[in-house]
Amino acid sequence: MSLEMFVQHIFNALTLGSLYGLIAIGYTMVYGILRLINFAHGDIFMLGAYFVFYAVVLIKLPWAVAVVLAVVLSAVCGVFVDRIAYRPLRDAPRISALISAIGVSFFIENLALVVFTGLPKPVYRPDWLVEVITVKNIRILPLALIVPVIAFFLVMGLLWVIYKTKPGLAMRSISKDIETTRLMGVSVDKIIALTFALGSALAAASGIMWALRYPQIQPFMGVFPGFKAFIAAVLGGIGSIEGAMIGGMLLGLIEIMAVAFFPALSGYRDAFAFVLLIVILLMKPTGLMGEKLEEKV
Amino acid sequence: MTDRTYVLETRDVMIRFGGLTAVNNFNIAVPEGSIVGLIGPNGAGKTTCFNIITGFYKPTQGEVLLEGRPITGLPPHKVCAAGIARTFQNIRLFYNETVLQNVMIGGFVRQKSAWWMPPLLVPSCTREEAVLREKAMKLLESVGLADLANETSSSLPYGAQRRLEIVRALATEPKFLLLDEPAAGMNPQESQELMAFIKKIRTDFNITILLIEHDMKVVMGVCEHIWVLDYGVLIAEGNPEQIRSNPKVIEAYLGEEATQNA
Amino acid sequence: MKTNDKPRYLLPSLAAIAILALFLWWANENLDNYKLQILNLIAINSILALSLNLIYGFTGMFSLGHAGFMAIGAYVSSLLILPPIQKEMIYIIQPLIWPFSVMQAPFFIAVLAGGVAAALLGLIIAMPVLRLGGDYLGIATLGFAEIIRVVFTNLTPITNGALGLKGIPDYANIWWNYGWCLLTLFFMIRLVNSNFGNVLKAIRDDEVAARAMGINTFKYRVVSFSIGAFFAGIGGALMASLVTTIDPKMFGFLLTFNVLMIVVAGGLGSLTGSILGSAVITILLEWLRFVENPIDIGAFHLDGIPGMRMVIFSLLLIMIILFRREGIMGMRELSWDSVLRRFSRGGEAR
Repeated sequence: MSLEMFVQHIFNALTLGSLYGLIAIGYTMVYGILRLINFAHGDIFMLGAYFVFYAVVLIKLPWAVAVVLAVVLSAVCGVFVDRIAYRPLRDAPRISALISAIGVSFFIENLALVVFTGLPKPVYRPDWLVEVITVKNIRILPLALIVPVIAFFLVMGLLWVIYKTKPGLAMRSISKDIETTRLMGVSVDKIIALTFALGSALAAASGIMWALRYPQIQPFMGVFPGFKAFIAAVLGGIGSIEGAMIGGMLLGLIEIMAVAFFPALSGYRDAFAFVLLIVILLMKPTGLMGEKLEEKV
Repeated sequence: MTDRTYVLETRDVMIRFGGLTAVNNFNIAVPEGSIVGLIGPNGAGKTTCFNIITGFYKPTQGEVLLEGRPITGLPPHKVCAAGIARTFQNIRLFYNETVLQNVMIGGFVRQKSAWWMPPLLVPSCTREEAVLREKAMKLLESVGLADLANETSSSLPYGAQRRLEIVRALATEPKFLLLDEPAAGMNPQESQELMAFIKKIRTDFNITILLIEHDMKVVMGVCEHIWVLDYGVLIAEGNPEQIRSNPKVIEAYLGEEATQNA
Repeated sequence: MKTNDKPRYLLPSLAAIAILALFLWWANENLDNYKLQILNLIAINSILALSLNLIYGFTGMFSLGHAGFMAIGAYVSSLLILPPIQKEMIYIIQPLIWPFSVMQAPFFIAVLAGGVAAALLGLIIAMPVLRLGGDYLGIATLGFAEIIRVVFTNLTPITNGALGLKGIPDYANIWWNYGWCLLTLFFMIRLVNSNFGNVLKAIRDDEVAARAMGINTFKYRVVSFSIGAFFAGIGGALMASLVTTIDPKMFGFLLTFNVLMIVVAGGLGSLTGSILGSAVITILLEWLRFVENPIDIGAFHLDGIPGMRMVIFSLLLIMIILFRREGIMGMRELSWDSVLRRFSRGGEAR
């Protein structure tokens, strides 16, 4: 493979990896606090993309405003899902919340199917983002350069919130010991809502950028990226935000590079992530934290 | 004395969790047919010792011998099959099952039938289960729970649940029985009954019993030999008289108990 | 109605089966194809629900990979009953490789083979995956199901890839379906009511205590998982013959979701619940079609909303989990004892 092709693939991988990573962060934050795999998270990703689409097409908002609105709206949706479908089950067996999450995910997908219809919608892309730049025979979309950068800043922003603010401190505290945090007077429910809001906002951002990169949106577009992002979160160490991003990058790299070097495998591309998952789960790696706690006998 | 007279022996058992040595130099030898006790302040490591003996923890060093045969490092189900049964500090019944089912589950380890026999209606399996059911009912009768056989175990009052847990352990036909705080939460009347019960099962079932207990009346009333654990190390052993008057023990533990139990 | 171990219940059970047979004969003669299809689906869904209930409701393993086992059962069985001429016709991209191109078997053997193949896969998956607990087990089994689906989509010389198999002989009539259903039910009743069944429930209730009682919990989880996989394969095989067309897309997470829904709605840990849940959910899914068709009420015309069925369905699952987690039956069973007690005393059945 030529150097040019290789560089192009790398940029593709970085883009894809960033998108996975942004979604993965939401999974890892919620799992770290609630020990819940939020199946509906991938669907917030999808909603973000659709909100922008309708804001631009129906309400005729300028694209930048539409993006901000969509992110906020998605954050609200995330909080709403927690409030309705997860919070009542805080004291129930964990599996109940998981089943509820599956139900919510299907609900959102099918509601989207009814409201938005299943026809893939073409997405508005600002021209400057999609005009190919050519540098020394390497053809790159400006988008492929911008996505990783934006993702980087978003993650930095999130890390600032987590490590430098009081709500962030509360979030870290809850993931260590929810009962004690409650006893310290922290409004645990509010902080959990904040966690969902932040995670959902990132997922929506990812969805919006995904739609720019792969400009056909449909109601089930969040299913596979969602699964894969969760796997990325596990890969990076569930509960760790940096890990989620690294896991996402790694997964993006593997997906793009494996198919680039072995084109015959392209049909199996979606399976890579799942194979990776099985392998991680089996190998007792540092990636898998906390779940193997010995039960007190 | 040969190893044969000791049902259970531990030799220099030590366990470390990360940087913390929870138990060290744990050496006990339990004579066959005796009732013995392991006492010590909270957090001394008594349940940890139980967990090591029953295979839930693997000791960092040392050996555990059952009737002279090493069982160190065997998984819990194999330890049970070898002949050690236990109860738990916080009662661990199978709460969705009935009283009878709990006991029958205890008897499973001694069943010879395979899992595929019931669907194929193999007669020997049906017979074996009928026999097991009878045995289970007899066990329940011995603790006065036979009338509640078909009640869900979670509906039983606390004292009955404790008795059920003991009887479930007995269903595994053990040589050696570990009881983890069997008198917890019992009033003096119940404790008296428990003491008599422990002595009875030792005779009726021909087994050796080791208890962890905080209730000194029960310990002194029932144990022939007592080990005292403090911060993971044995600080004393002997018969009840010796332990009662041992200054080290009183200092570590018994002193507080004595004032409380007055 | 469930049988008890005691032989004195043999007669009532046989009578019940006879009544069922009469009903099925009547249905076969008199009901239209649509209603018959629903009856068939109820039987097959019952098999699927029972198999998932064994794994999840009785043994406590949250497995989300059921569609994978169904896929294996469906493909293996179909490949054995498709006539060679049909195989030549449908494998247009790449011909079916030998020996699959010539293998044939009678329907009963084919379905059985589907079950066995699924069980073998279950065994292979179980060994590494069953050490995981709770949510991770769910994701890992889901992962495996997806891997199977992707593999089937790409193994064109064997599975015909994305095109799938068409023209599968429709041997799965009401007798085969209910026959297999009764067989599955009988197996499950005997298993669950035996002490081995108690052991599975013990593993579900408190694995630590089970191990302390001498139970090799890992081994029996593998056994339970493989048995569940076997019957899922049977269900898949029958379904393939019922709908006569299969492709890998059918065996996605939605299929597992449907079976999970039935098990939860019926009651985790209740065999009766699985049968009832299957009947209720299958009929409900069909009945809900009305929201997708236009309705005329007097002067009002309501357009049908396509896709609304699944919206309501998923909402239903959320409602059940939030407000009645135990489903219809909880962990209770309908048995001859409970029926007699209700009739003789008019009191609460156990």
